[in-house]
Amino acid sequence: MRFSALRILKEGLTGNKGWGAHWRDPEPKAEYDAIIIGGGGHGLSTAYYLAKNHGLTNIAVLEKGYIGGGNVGRNTTIVRANYFLNGNSEFYSHSLKLWEGLEEDLNYNVMHSQRGLINLFHSDGQRDAFVRRGNAMVNQGDDAVLLDREGVRKHLPYLDFDNVRFPIYGGLLHPRGGTARHDAVAWGFARGADMRGVDIIQNCEVTGIDIENGAVKGVQTTRGAIKTKKIGMTVAGRSGQVAAMAGMRLPIESHVLQAFVTEGLKPVIDHVISFGMGHFYISQSDKGGLVFGGDLDFYASYASRGNLPMKEHVMEAGMTLMPMIGEAKVLRSWGGIMDMTPDGSPIIDKSHIDGLYINAGWCYGGFKAVPGSGSVFSHLIATDQHHSEATGFRLDRFRTGVGLMDEEGTGSQHNLH
Amino acid sequence: MRLKCPVCGERDRREFYYVGDAVALARPDPDAGEAAWDDYVHNRDNPAGVTRDLWQHEAGCAAWIVVTRNTVSHEILETALAADVKRAMS
Repeated sequence: MRFSALRILKEGLTGNKGWGAHWRDPEPKAEYDAIIIGGGGHGLSTAYYLAKNHGLTNIAVLEKGYIGGGNVGRNTTIVRANYFLNGNSEFYSHSLKLWEGLEEDLNYNVMHSQRGLINLFHSDGQRDAFVRRGNAMVNQGDDAVLLDREGVRKHLPYLDFDNVRFPIYGGLLHPRGGTARHDAVAWGFARGADMRGVDIIQNCEVTGIDIENGAVKGVQTTRGAIKTKKIGMTVAGRSGQVAAMAGMRLPIESHVLQAFVTEGLKPVIDHVISFGMGHFYISQSDKGGLVFGGDLDFYASYASRGNLPMKEHVMEAGMTLMPMIGEAKVLRSWGGIMDMTPDGSPIIDKSHIDGLYINAGWCYGGFKAVPGSGSVFSHLIATDQHHSEATGFRLDRFRTGVGLMDEEGTGSQHNLH
Repeated sequence: MRLKCPVCGERDRREFYYVGDAVALARPDPDAGEAAWDDYVHNRDNPAGVTRDLWQHEAGCAAWIVVTRNTVSHEILETALAADVKRAMS
């Protein structure tokens, strides 16, 4: 079923009776050429690109819950390519390019909106750092515009420019940055993969990984055993548990990151904005809710909900930056579980077990990476070679110290990112 | 979340600095080899359930504390001075 304007017209005239399910609900087969564990954004896009780019269609995505019910539906939907370091920079650039063609490619409206992202700075030192970052982005082939104070005021007149403690000096505008509707991204990839023959199996939790003589033989699940020679693990947030089934320990600690949404308001915030002092970022959803968040709670957690101190911090930062939002009522808050690595960058690599591929450690930046991650991870699974845009996400960089990607410059150690 | 400092009693979470998994209680020997040190510095069990981590009562008595807690429910099961835990291990 293809979506088109004509189709909408036809369905509108015939009582909308022709819209079917967006993907099948198949029983798991006894054997697949490859199995993807985890039906979140990364797992679904991996399956999609395995089928589309590599012709691998006898594959299954195993999801313990339902599609769109995990972290892919819990993030703050921001899409950007404003990374500084080699390794990250080319990968997120690759991912943003895929985003830009995604709706046409998937024939699905993921509401990708390149509304522009503005990172604010509040001191001369921060300005220097953003000039450097902006130059790195431009050198990568992406876009960055340095705004002075008046330049920011034209875009965001409602900020507290003369805040006594954190006056606004300017901002780095990334015009191609923006947002997308996160669950539509999951649905679009699920539908695209399904149309190419991929089995998407929900309510199917992997309970064991069968390994013989150092090679993958299959998985045990709550819906029976399934044989396969290749497993792609895309379970960020839960990577520690799934890796343990293969006898591995990963350089990952799971933390909770909170997010918030207000009641629906008339359009007021056109961009994605991040505060440069105190951790706070905000955008407005197409439904009208102000979607915002801050930093991790900073303790290991799988609770999917956070504690009050970080809520208070985020609200304080928001009020400091844009006092007008004090009038808005917060409707909901929730937490997502983040795979935190020591250097704050992800892992896309083979493991020491033949046929077990690892895609993990997305920290708090997994959503914008969804198309890019699927594209490069499917390449690794299909060809056993790293994709040219993702050669830096090696698992062994922590052991060797070579190629660490510490974007924040705080050190490669747990609890620093 | 409130943590019970063995010295000061129950206090707000904001008074404490979180270090992470209490691996430091079992630090490898200096000559234990690269694999042991890599494992110690980087790799974690990362359990969904009961875990043991190290906190410091930074804004209080500055004691290092081993907190046994549940990462799924945020329930605090036990707190003890790291020095006492370490002494009991040897």
